[in-house]
This record gives sequence, C-alpha cells and structure tokens, in this order.
Amino acid sequence: MAGISIRAVEKAYGAVRVVHGIDLEIAHEEFVVLVGPSGCGKSTTLRMIAGLEDISGGDVWIGQTRVNDLPPRKRNISMVFQNYALYPHMNVRDNLGFGLRIAGQSPQVVTERVNEAAGILGLSELLDRTPAELSGGQRQRVAMGRAIVRHPDAFLFDEPLSNLDAKLRGQMRAEIKKLHQKVRTTVVYVTHDQVEAMTLADRIVVMRDGHIEQVGTPMQVFNHPVNTFVATFIGSPPMNLLPAVIHEGQVLLRDGSLVPVPARLRAKTHEGQDVVLGIRPDDICPVGHGLGETDEGTDIALTVDLAEPLGMESLIYTSIAGQEVQAKLYGPRIVQASETLSFRLALDRAHLFDAATTRSLDVL
Amino acid sequence: MIAFLRTRRTALIPLLLLSPALLTMLFVVALPLGFSFYTSLTAYRLVRPETIEIFVGLRNYIRLLEDWEFWRVFGRTILFLAIALNVEFLLGLGIALLIAKITWGQRTLRTIMMFPMMFSPILVGFQFKFIFNDNIGILNNALQSLGLTDRAIPWLVDGRLAMFSIIFAEVWMSTSVFAILLLAGLFAMPRDPLEAAKVDGCNSWQVFRHITLPFIMPFAFIAMTIRSLDVARAYDIVHVMTGGGPAGRTELLWTLIARTGYMDARMGQANAMAYLSTLLSIAFTWYFYTKLMQARRYMGGVQ
Repeated sequence: MAGISIRAVEKAYGAVRVVHGIDLEIAHEEFVVLVGPSGCGKSTTLRMIAGLEDISGGDVWIGQTRVNDLPPRKRNISMVFQNYALYPHMNVRDNLGFGLRIAGQSPQVVTERVNEAAGILGLSELLDRTPAELSGGQRQRVAMGRAIVRHPDAFLFDEPLSNLDAKLRGQMRAEIKKLHQKVRTTVVYVTHDQVEAMTLADRIVVMRDGHIEQVGTPMQVFNHPVNTFVATFIGSPPMNLLPAVIHEGQVLLRDGSLVPVPARLRAKTHEGQDVVLGIRPDDICPVGHGLGETDEGTDIALTVDLAEPLGMESLIYTSIAGQEVQAKLYGPRIVQASETLSFRLALDRAHLFDAATTRSLDVL
Repeated sequence: MIAFLRTRRTALIPLLLLSPALLTMLFVVALPLGFSFYTSLTAYRLVRPETIEIFVGLRNYIRLLEDWEFWRVFGRTILFLAIALNVEFLLGLGIALLIAKITWGQRTLRTIMMFPMMFSPILVGFQFKFIFNDNIGILNNALQSLGLTDRAIPWLVDGRLAMFSIIFAEVWMSTSVFAILLLAGLFAMPRDPLEAAKVDGCNSWQVFRHITLPFIMPFAFIAMTIRSLDVARAYDIVHVMTGGGPAGRTELLWTLIARTGYMDARMGQANAMAYLSTLLSIAFTWYFYTKLMQARRYMGGVQ
C-alpha cells in the first residue's frame, strides 16, 4: 500500500551525471512507464528506487519511508529483470518461494502463495522444472511470479520483454496488463519501446539524457507532445517534422508552398518566426481515405514514392517540400508508386514547434 | 569382385586411420598396465629378476587385505586428502572472493597468487623442512624470539605435528589451484541473479550462501577432481620432509608403495598396493565428477 515519490533525484558516476535531479510522484496502484532511448537514465532511476544503485542526490520515498539509505531487502519491492535473473540451480517452485523462505515464512504459507502465483500465471504444470528447461516466455512468467508472491509495495520492471520475440512480446504485454488488473499494486516499468509504454501505462514518463521531458497519460503524451523529441519518440511511424517559417499567417515551407496555421495556434505565432510543422502519418491521408472527417484541413497533391500495403491500411512514402514524409491510407485500396493523389492534412491535429527551442507552441 | 574389394578397402580405412592412436595407446598405456597387473600376481622381486615367473595368484592381494599397517596408511591418505582439500577449498574461496572485489592491481595479485605453484614440490618440501626444523628452523626461532614458547617445538618429530606440517606445505603450494578456478567462476557469474536475490530480501551472507556458492560449486568440483588426483599420489613433499617418519606416522600410500617396491625390492607386492590405491583415486574422481555433472545440468542453458 504505497506510492513512490522521487524528489530531485540525481545520479552521478564520478564527474559524469546521468540523472539530473528528476521529480516524480507515483500514486498508489498506478502503472507508470519510464520510456526513452538507451542512455536516458530510465534504468538507473529504476535501480535507484530498487536500491541497487546509490542515490547521489535528492530523496526517494516509498510510502511514508525515506528509503535512500535502506538496502533493497528492506524496501519491500520486487523487481523483474530483462534477463529474467532466475536462480538457475532451483526449480520453478523454489524460485517462486525463495523470497518468502528467506523472509522466514512457514512452509504452508510458502506453498499456498507459490500455488496462488503459479495459478495466476499458468505455471502450475511447470513447478518442478529448472529454468534451463523453460522457454523464454515461461522464464519471464516465473520472474513475474517471483515478484508477485511476496505481495510487495511496488513492482519494478526493467525492460522485461526485450529478450522475447515480437509475437511473445505482444502476448506477455497483455499478460502484464491483466496481471496488474488482478494484482493491483504500484508499478514502475522501464522500456525503450513506446508501444509498450502506450499500451501499458496509466502515465508515461518520457526521459532523455537524464531529464524528464514529459509526464502524462498515453493520450496526453500522444496528442500533446511538449517538444519535437516527445513528438517523434511516441507514435509509430514517427511524426513527420517539416522546418518552416510563419509568413502572412501561413506556414511557409522550404519549397515555397503554404499551409494554413492551425486555428488554435494563430494567436501564438508571429511573422517571420522559425517553426517546425509536425504532423503524424495518420493525419496525412488521401482524400476519402482518412480517419473520418476533419474540421480543419487543407488539401495538397503529392506523388507516392513507395507504398507498403498492410491490408486494411497502407503506409505511403512521399515528400513534402523536398523532404520525405510518411502518410497513411486507410482502407483496402492498392496504391501504385508514382501515382499522384490529393492528400488532406488534418490541421487540427497538426503541431507547431519553435525551431530554436523545439518546444511546442501549444504549451508556450 | 571389384565391388567386393572396394567395400573391403573402405571398411579398412577407419581402422588404418585409427592405428597411430591405437598403437600408441597399446604401447604406452595398455601394455605397461597389463604388465604391472601381471607382476602384482607374482612374487616379483627387483633383485631377483627370475622371480617374475613365479605366479602366486591373488596371494599379494590377500596378504594386503590382512595387512593392518597398509590399511592404516590407506586411511591416513584419505584423512590427508580430506583435510588438505577442505582447507585449500576454504582458503581458495576466501582469496578468490577478496580478489574478485579488488579493482586496482587485480592482475598483479592474480599472478602473485600463482607463485607457489611455480616451484617444484621437492623444493617446497626442502623449504618447509627448513622452516619446521626444530633446531635451526625459522618457525621455532621466530616463536622463541617472540616469547611465545621457550622450548623447541618438534614440528617434524612428533607424529601429529609432522602430519600438520606436511599438510601446511601442501596447502601453501596448491591453494591457488582453488583460488584461480573459483575466481574464474566468480568472473563468469551473471550479476542479475545476485541483484534479484538482494531485492528478494537476502542480506549479503544469504546472497552468498544461496546464489554465489551454488553457482561456483561446479568450479570447486573441477578443482577438487584435479587436486584429489594430485594429493592421492603425494610423495615428493612427504619423502623430503619426513620420509614417512617418525616411525611411519606420516607414511602415505605412495611413500609406502615406493618403499616396498624400491627399498624392499618387493615389486609384486608394491604393484598390488598400487592397484588398490588406484581404486581410491577412481572413487574420488568418480564422486567429484558426478557432483560436477549434477551441477552442470542446471547451469547449462541459463543466462
């Protein structure tokens, strides 16, 4: 029964600072995903919460306790590692029960909790196997089982799915989500995969270079990215970014073509301002093949360079103002390369970023 | 007809290719083994070569089974082995754990640690014979200078102390076998299970006891296999330091066998002893090998 509070936490290795004083409040039973490219400090942050790394500055609180100086075993958390980190010399039953036995629980309690966790995760048939005899997905489930048997205050997941193949990753992702619905506990989950972040999180924390760039629900982060980094990191395929200048109330692209400034941003632009127009592939669609009607759009004729049909939709590579952009076509229509189509840009969902600061004009 | 010859020829090729290995094995291993086994069934005495033809059946073995002195030496060798291996294991483990913690100068320390192994066991024996000598030995000298004792302790004259001294020399020389293999094990150990155990509630001792130790035991078993063969044939250090004395109190299997075979010239009897002591080595090797295989089974295939 505990939230986690991270206050001005820093991590430095000698002179090299890898986490620069981050603040984050995680509510009880909340599922928070730390996401960012490798080296952004997300794993280090998680390991500081776990107690596997010393905290160089600031405080970490779990519930009502400041845990900076507590060893991992006194923090009442459990952790799932990328490489599963199972105990190779113990069978599944002993792996699951290890923490309980160390804590001095009676054999009946251990058996009961192990069976309960094995039931939740579908491991009942595998209890007598050793980790060497399990598949990757099974090992990952054992690692999760080991985390839940102890009824901890919080689960910490460190890139738990990155060792699995794509199909299994999708399945396990769903299982983690189901698990959280069954076993309501605070979760901090680290990943570099924005799809995992979007699908699992109550709130996403986007990190870069030891700083938090944005915190918000998946939809907030997706719909209202605060800067170009978050805009391109969240969402797949990434948002298209087109450098431009504001000219006479319009966005002047590099080739001289003009796109209207989205209505909501008109007051925030001024003549001659250097901006970046950000627009997701889903918001550049051939007329009649988009995501329903847009309130505010502008049409533009584009030549298809390459089309990747995916069945119900196609990913289209084309170029605007001499720059490659990705667009989408919804519906089972075949598109040929070099075909010229009229595309509609959904301006109500487009973004403008300040070219110098990369910050979104929406939040300025 | 041609087809028949061809099949004959292809059938012979494997044997032909194997023949160098087979012949070597035959002359280097099988023949001497067979010959020594045969002599253990004769009354062969080195000084009277014609006795090799006197076939006595199992008489040498039967005499050994009734020989109380032989079995006492047999038992002493097992005790010697057990103490030496355990002490070397514990010391080697300690050294390996300490060195694994060091970040600066680790390579140098690793090299220094191997120094005792670079000396010939005979020289180690001579050196410790000097150290433990009751009159001029450096150890008694040091003890007396420090005022810890006022009389000379008869390290190599008292039966128990002599055994202790020999084990000490043996341990000094070979602890690094354990240390280096256990250190290799510690280096090969994945970090994740250690961290998982810490989060799972283990203190440092519990992490060591439940995770580290099981992981490095296969390495310890390899060291034990090597060292059990080594210690079971101990001869040089014992021969130099005490010659099996005082009054046979430090006699081990191979000093006894060598004395029977070369001093008393009763080679038939000595070979019978040697065959029985081989059983000891086989038993130890088999035991450690089984443990190793058990441990390897679960270590395989897990990252």
